[in-house]
Amino acid sequence: MTVLGIETSCDETSAAVVRHGKLLSNVTTVQLIHSKYGGVVPELASRAHQQLIVPIVDESLLKANVKKEELKAISAVYGPGLIGSILVGLSFGKAMALGLGVPFVGVNHMEGHIFSNLIEDPKPAFPFMNLTASGGHTQLVLVKEPFDYVILGETIDDAAGEAFDKVAKMLDIGYPGGPLIDKYAVVGNPRAVDFPRSYLDEGSFDFSFSGLKTSVLYYLKRSGFQKRTAEFDGNFIADVCASFQASVVEVLVRKLILAAEKFSVRNIAIAGGVSANTELRRQAAEAAVRNGLKLFIPKFEYCTDNGAMIAMVGYHRMLEGNHSDLELTAEPGLSLSRSSRN
Amino acid sequence: MHSFLSKSPEDTTNYADSFASSLQRNDIVMLIGDLGSGKTQFVKGVCRFFQVRDTISSPTFVMLHRYEGRDGRDEELLLYHFDLYKVKRESEILELGYEEFSQANGICLIEWADKLRELIPHRRAEIRFTLGSTENERRIDIERFPTTRTNSAVDLPYTKKLQSEHPRY
Repeated sequence: MTVLGIETSCDETSAAVVRHGKLLSNVTTVQLIHSKYGGVVPELASRAHQQLIVPIVDESLLKANVKKEELKAISAVYGPGLIGSILVGLSFGKAMALGLGVPFVGVNHMEGHIFSNLIEDPKPAFPFMNLTASGGHTQLVLVKEPFDYVILGETIDDAAGEAFDKVAKMLDIGYPGGPLIDKYAVVGNPRAVDFPRSYLDEGSFDFSFSGLKTSVLYYLKRSGFQKRTAEFDGNFIADVCASFQASVVEVLVRKLILAAEKFSVRNIAIAGGVSANTELRRQAAEAAVRNGLKLFIPKFEYCTDNGAMIAMVGYHRMLEGNHSDLELTAEPGLSLSRSSRN
Repeated sequence: MHSFLSKSPEDTTNYADSFASSLQRNDIVMLIGDLGSGKTQFVKGVCRFFQVRDTISSPTFVMLHRYEGRDGRDEELLLYHFDLYKVKRESEILELGYEEFSQANGICLIEWADKLRELIPHRRAEIRFTLGSTENERRIDIERFPTTRTNSAVDLPYTKKLQSEHPRY
């Protein structure tokens, strides 16, 4: 069975083809823009998606060496995300399914992140504990089996990746914040500033990064920092980055491990763009060893928004003989619990 | 203009909760202030007043959250929580459905509303957040426009000129 997956929930336009559970192609905006568009993309996300969706889907089929007529289902994200962006991929996917006379599968973006663990070996066996940490989401989910989840916690204010971006902005080091803070932190002292660790109530698996953001803000204010100058470049910024990152990573890892212990799960996984963070990988790997757990982190290209994870959900849903109604509409605020089988 | 000195995030939430009792359907609340100044915290309070059950998190990434709440008569009321942090051009705000949602009998709460220029609504509450001297202190200033009640046809959410310049997507 061959399934196409389309992802347009935010900035990235991406399409992928999966056959019998194996990924044949995964094409995202970045690759295509460099080759065909000379880097010029409209600023409006939905306009960009409109221009890119056809060439991206074409390219994914070409790379997979699959003809449209061979597709047995089309899957696309219907939430959560930016309404205008979701609509482009969703409408395109439904129209394509209708045109080809094959089923359509509407996919929850958060479910896609969980399935990014199942794209390539080594894959976690069920049940596993999954942490999705990205620019827009921070969510801890017990994955009992495909399409059977228990959401243990999520952010009550800022997402982890968002905190990285906003602190990078305060430090005047640029965008995107994640990789830049990571880079500075490597040469900084994580104990230089004692930023708070927000664990919330005892036993809570929710996250909060807003207070940390405020602490960084006031630390900078107290230090007289306004923008990046020679006086503050170097150690100061590196130390703030390392100390801030240490706080975020410690909380993420601790909660992931505690959740695994509480539910007696041996496999843990981290998905979403933040999983690229060097310190998070290091600490998660160490903690896994210490606690006798097995850690899984998908390849980076499957951690940022991508069509592969959407195609993978589509494929598994089709295996179950379950697909969506063509009347399915975009749900920008879609949560995971409502998604499983729409 | 009303001013309030908040001593903690909970203080801000409680203040917003009581402020929310003055809100009516189709009201637009502009939230203006730096990173970490309490805008999202304020929205939490407004949502608490309207009995929203969802977790109120920052919409920075997706730019818009929608919550289902209930008004004083226990009738359904939708709250639209915009976040314009990532917005580069005003036209992106229209793409989010601003035009539609600002007239949909709900309440719009807009973070980083200082990015609005032509789309500044005629009738609005402006809430400004300023960092205080200590880590938890925030000054909150509330001002309503128009300052005098001259209710007439000008109660359009924003100018007609702009609507014709930006046809619907």
